Amino acid sequence: MKKGHLETQVLIIGCGVTGTGLARDLSLRGVQCVLAEKGDLNAGASGANHGLLHSGCRYVANDPAIAKECRKEGKILRRVASNCIENTGGLFVAVEGDDEKYIADFPNFCFRSDIPVQELDPKDARELEPALGPKIIAAYEVEDASIDPFKLSLANIDQAQKLGSILLCHTRVVGFEQTNRRIRTVLLKNSKTGEDISVDVEQVVNAAGAWAGEIAALAGVTIDMAYSKGSLLVTQNRLATRVVNRLRWPSDGDILVPGGTVSILGTTSVHIDSLGSVFPTIDETDLIVENGAAMLPCLETNRYIRAYSGVRPLIDLKHKNNDRSISRGFSLLDHIQDGFENFATITGGKLTTFRYMAEKTADLVCRRLGVSSPCVTKNEPLSSSNASRWTEPGLSAKEWIHKNEAEDIILCECEIVPKSVVDSILTTIVEQNCQPNLKAISLRSRIGKGQCQGTLCGSRVTAYMYEHGLLHSDQGLSDLKEFLRERWIGERPILWNGQIIQAELKEALYCGLCSLEQHEALKK
Amino acid sequence: MSKPIECDLFVIGMGMAGMASALFAANRGISTVQAGLTGETIFASGLLDLIYTQAVYEQKSCCNPWKKIVTLCREAPKHPYCRISEQDIRAAFDEFLSFLEDGGLSYHTNGEYNSKMITPLGTIKQTYGVPHTMWTGVQALKKKRPCLIVDFHGLKGFSARQIRAILKDTWPDLRATRISFPNTTHVAEFFSGEITAQALELSKNREKLAQAVRPHLEDARAVGMPAILGMSNTREILAELDEQIGVPVFEIPTMPVSVPGLRLNNVFSRGLLSKGVQRFSQNRVFEVNAGIDSDFVLGIGNTSGAEHTVRAKGIILASGRFWGGGLYADRKHIRETIFHLPVHQPTNRNTWHRKDLMDPRGHPVNRAGLEIDDSFRPLDSSGRPAFQMLFAAGSILANQDWIRMNCGSGLAIATAYAAVNAFFKLRG
Repeated sequence: MKKGHLETQVLIIGCGVTGTGLARDLSLRGVQCVLAEKGDLNAGASGANHGLLHSGCRYVANDPAIAKECRKEGKILRRVASNCIENTGGLFVAVEGDDEKYIADFPNFCFRSDIPVQELDPKDARELEPALGPKIIAAYEVEDASIDPFKLSLANIDQAQKLGSILLCHTRVVGFEQTNRRIRTVLLKNSKTGEDISVDVEQVVNAAGAWAGEIAALAGVTIDMAYSKGSLLVTQNRLATRVVNRLRWPSDGDILVPGGTVSILGTTSVHIDSLGSVFPTIDETDLIVENGAAMLPCLETNRYIRAYSGVRPLIDLKHKNNDRSISRGFSLLDHIQDGFENFATITGGKLTTFRYMAEKTADLVCRRLGVSSPCVTKNEPLSSSNASRWTEPGLSAKEWIHKNEAEDIILCECEIVPKSVVDSILTTIVEQNCQPNLKAISLRSRIGKGQCQGTLCGSRVTAYMYEHGLLHSDQGLSDLKEFLRERWIGERPILWNGQIIQAELKEALYCGLCSLEQHEALKK
Repeated sequence: MSKPIECDLFVIGMGMAGMASALFAANRGISTVQAGLTGETIFASGLLDLIYTQAVYEQKSCCNPWKKIVTLCREAPKHPYCRISEQDIRAAFDEFLSFLEDGGLSYHTNGEYNSKMITPLGTIKQTYGVPHTMWTGVQALKKKRPCLIVDFHGLKGFSARQIRAILKDTWPDLRATRISFPNTTHVAEFFSGEITAQALELSKNREKLAQAVRPHLEDARAVGMPAILGMSNTREILAELDEQIGVPVFEIPTMPVSVPGLRLNNVFSRGLLSKGVQRFSQNRVFEVNAGIDSDFVLGIGNTSGAEHTVRAKGIILASGRFWGGGLYADRKHIRETIFHLPVHQPTNRNTWHRKDLMDPRGHPVNRAGLEIDDSFRPLDSSGRPAFQMLFAAGSILANQDWIRMNCGSGLAIATAYAAVNAFFKLRG
């Protein structure tokens, strides 16, 4: 197998929003980074959350410090990352039977954390959001917004790469070489090519999210992680203009966030012991639907497109039985007491505070490197580019109609993604040292995200890639199977009503017409 | 509403089972009315699967589906095939194929055996009845003859290069090329197999296509193209292309929209009308009134509501599964949509689908459906026929997995045959 060698000032492990945000922050301070990601961008919690830019109100009762932090960061991000944010505003609503003491205390809690809220008459709230049910007894207007975490990471990485940082996808850490309290070399392996890569480093940051404990263990450091799985559902249409939160102690199925043309309903909190197999279950789905329907009755009858799960990386030793009570604040560990001078771990935290987490981590790294440049991400706009813009729902459709180029045929009809967009994404994937395949294209666009969940676009994009010489032998079939299987994990829990029809079509085409499930058997 | 349309048999459904039911009924002189949605036929590949399962696939040679049905009836005796004699299944196929032949769609079978086919993904599948337009491809694949696969600029989801890349290890003399379809100076979003199929009904377009293909022939002894070679006159079109190109031409099935599916639909539309079947396409059943021993009275119409009343002595329910609208699933249960018949189904949603889409055991939900007696009458909750003269055919039946057992067409044809015969017998 090939062997590669690199040298860098900072090796960042993990390419979620924190890792990519850190790479951007450091790059803007003139520090060169290498990012190692075992899968692809946002493979963990960064790619499996609500996409909610918290006003902070959700934490006013149980974690006022986090509430304040969210409020402050929300303001900054609205300024510097406005193209990743839709300023939807939000509501907190209580329904009959909800804890009245909590309802009564809520405005005071918000005041205490310096978060502005506006009380609404339930009737007025229903006028603002007609999908709200008749059982609303209290309502507050807050400053929630929706934010696209994929666009954030893609934009972060794009700028970091332009400033000289290097991204290695499908590359996992297999070991550390250390002498005298310092990690000297990090050993990596590319799981697609089998290539071994050694990276000589000055600093190492573990930003592996839920996998932070596993990475630290490779260096002989113990971090006690608690894994809390959360599952979410994607609706076919957008059901509300604003974020709608349940006005109660955080629980299951109590937030509905708009995500462009859809809404995202979540979540659950299920304690899990390992990261082995994380998927949304049918019981969780039912729990989310039933809870959500208390606020918005249409959630009972409305069509769902898919479900997904993420794992919240939480650090705590004392509350094993109730993950919701563990702080959602972040942990920056300098590992001095563990015997390291150049190793740090950043984990926990929230999407809303990712920039602040990156700033604090970059401050530590720069101190250790002797770099004095200050953080500029508070003011430097995060610009959108071809690498980062295609995750936005409706954008490719809008541009396709506007350009009106007949030859730019559409490869994904549900989300109207033409071949020119696929071309642009394929270029990005190559620049990011990633494997050009369906999963990677889907992550960077709307391909596979509409109601057919990859049935038609899966075979079309595969054919397109063969035609352009990007696939050889039966690689395209393996990729297609992997893509369809990955989609299926999210489809299975919501297969009733309209989506069971889509599932039937998918199976009829791929297994009935094409015997794709038997392909390997045939080759043997 | 005008006065009721009177008939002996009312067929609900215009998929394969509905079309077969109407055909068999008309052939027996039964006055027949048919209503249903035709949307499904754009997905029909044109191949007539009888049966094969994965275990068979592991064998080198093609499966004998007739033997497989015998084994099936030992292993899964509740499969609808097991209520029909082999003789009847063969008779059903013969009658069905001879109707298609008369309508201009000839079929071939590999004797008693299945044939291996190239799919639009470049995988291989087995099927029983092969449209004549695809038969040369079966031979070419079997003998690995030097062969050229041609696709067209702008025709989505079909790549000759993909098929070649996947098959070239076992078929070194397979080549691929892409050409522009005649008269398409630029491709547009609306470009589709339907348009090219219509275009090839004109001989000057066939000449141009042959001219465009010929320079790429080299040593090829057969030419494969996506299944878009004409809409009605495929026999003449293929013969002319064979002659003009100089080697036999064959079709490879496509992803939807499927031209061979449209051809089937056209042949049935014309053929059933000429046999006197009164057809209400894009109609659904809105109202059902039925006494246990009296005639059925149904209100049918377009999306808006009942526009016609049909009075029938018997009904064949061939409304399909979820996609066809015969079954409906909510979060907890699967229901039959027209007569509210009990649906045999897994205990809860947790057991409907397997965690892996491609699990070789198939998804238990696919075996859900209507349980029947030996006369193909759906049962009520006490296990007796729900109605004296209500019969069911096709994919709505329980205890089969048409997708994974690759028995969709065979099931539709054979159960339609059995249901029509049962109606004929019970009507007296």
